[in-house]
Amino acid sequence: MRGTVTTPLGRVAALGRAELTLFVRSKAMIVAAVFVPLVLPFSVRSVVEDMDLKESGLSVGLVLLPGAIGFSLLFAVYSALVNILVGRREELVLKRLRTGEVRDVEILTGAALPAVTVGLVQSLVLAVGCTALLDLPAPKAPHLAVVGLLLGLVLCAALAAVTSGFTRTVESAQVTALPLVMVSMIGSGITVPLEVLPDRVASVFELFPLSPVITLVRGGWTGNLSLYEAIGPVMTALAWTALGVFAVQRWFRWEPRR
Amino acid sequence: MNTSEHEHVIEVTDLRRVYGGGFEAVRGITFSVARGEIFALLGTNGAGKTSTVELLEGLARPAGGRVRVLGHDPYAERAAVRPRTGVMLQEGGFPSELTVAETARMWAGCVSGARPEGEVLELVGLAGKSGVRVKQLSGGERRRLDLALALLGEPEVLFLDEPTTGLDAEGRRDTWELVRGLRDAGTSVLLTTHYLEEAEGLADRLAILHEGRIAAAGTPAEVTAAQPSRISFELPEGYFLGDLPPLAELGVSGHEVDGRVVRLRTRQLQQAATRLLVWAERAGVELRGLDVRSASLEEAFLGIAREASGGSVDAKEYVA
Repeated sequence: MRGTVTTPLGRVAALGRAELTLFVRSKAMIVAAVFVPLVLPFSVRSVVEDMDLKESGLSVGLVLLPGAIGFSLLFAVYSALVNILVGRREELVLKRLRTGEVRDVEILTGAALPAVTVGLVQSLVLAVGCTALLDLPAPKAPHLAVVGLLLGLVLCAALAAVTSGFTRTVESAQVTALPLVMVSMIGSGITVPLEVLPDRVASVFELFPLSPVITLVRGGWTGNLSLYEAIGPVMTALAWTALGVFAVQRWFRWEPRR
Repeated sequence: MNTSEHEHVIEVTDLRRVYGGGFEAVRGITFSVARGEIFALLGTNGAGKTSTVELLEGLARPAGGRVRVLGHDPYAERAAVRPRTGVMLQEGGFPSELTVAETARMWAGCVSGARPEGEVLELVGLAGKSGVRVKQLSGGERRRLDLALALLGEPEVLFLDEPTTGLDAEGRRDTWELVRGLRDAGTSVLLTTHYLEEAEGLADRLAILHEGRIAAAGTPAEVTAAQPSRISFELPEGYFLGDLPPLAELGVSGHEVDGRVVRLRTRQLQQAATRLLVWAERAGVELRGLDVRSASLEEAFLGIAREASGGSVDAKEYVA
């Protein structure tokens, strides 16, 4: 036998490289995943500036920065990946890949690689940019922000795979991805921080999928979140991720409905 | 059963596949493919060819029965089977925005012991198209790209689901030549087709699938031999079927009348034709449109399709 035996890492790298090429070639993807999340935070800035933040002890920057990362997770990772997975499935790429040596989890990881990478880089750029432009101090508990971001990336990838399972076409992905995007923008502290909401509402909203991510990132900058207080959001995010993985195993579609 | 994989690379026993809606696409089929053999699954659309092949490829779990590819269960033990098989699906599955070379590179990264990509592209005649995006390829070129990637890992067993659909005559011949070459080098090939000439010319053995069951199986010659030969002609002016010599005496096992055209089926072609012609000579009539033909795979295939549709209206079978 010529050549070498493939490894999981090598296979994911080969798929990820192809996906990255496709990502860069798609103008729609570049606009939706790269451009939109960079612009959105500035468009909600005036709204945040009008908020009464005094009682919550937050500043405009402390609302906008976690929100910006939330937008990045929602658009660069979640929405983009729903599109990518549905597109590959409808082109029968997923089915064709499954005839080979690549394992299912490797196919999904390879497909998710560019979107997750864009989300990660974008979040870092936004964190640095917001800190510099909005007069934010350096994060007091950066480890919390890092944990929050990583959980957010994995969670959004898993939820994207779930959403793709009940999305028939690339066009309808714009509709099927909308519920999570809307719910998160309103209820996960991306535009309106949970701190300014009535307690009863906030205690429900903090169970939404992206809420723990925003809480952890914000806590990373304020340093107001003790390690003990961080356990709750981490568990919530892990629970959603586990639920997502379970749903993927159960309902993910590898080929189009016929 | 103690069949070593040197004898049979594929073994299928009483295989069944049922889809979610309850439709039973494969209804208990049994066959085996020997090493270095080309085996064709022949059938009309909807006969269960692709449903069967997908079970052999390990893409789905059978509803019943057993599949062994190279001695392993292709679904449960895919890690043991996949590095040794190559698959070409009925319909491609490549991102349309990647070029041919990029697609081949991606695939090569996922195949153990992959040959250089250029080599397989050359083999299928796509070397000149490396820089072309998949979406700009013709249907035939896409089939050839698919074939090239199936060959990347130099598989021991090759699954080809309708490999020449969409190819022009020349492309089809090239593919046949390529597949024969692979077989001669020791590769075992399982292919599906609805082209009779493809099965007849390419396959060492074949099975005709019909409504999820094997209706006939064997070498092309065996399957053909099981079929009657045919004689057809127009009844001469003023003559009726009853004016012919008794059909059973001619060695005719069945007949159909379609207007003035008579079609006879026989397993003793020479005897039936001779007696019919002697009768015509003596009666001094001309049998217009006379057509005498020995059994062919086409007859076998059409015969099976005909049985399915309940037989034609005038068909009558004699007890031979």
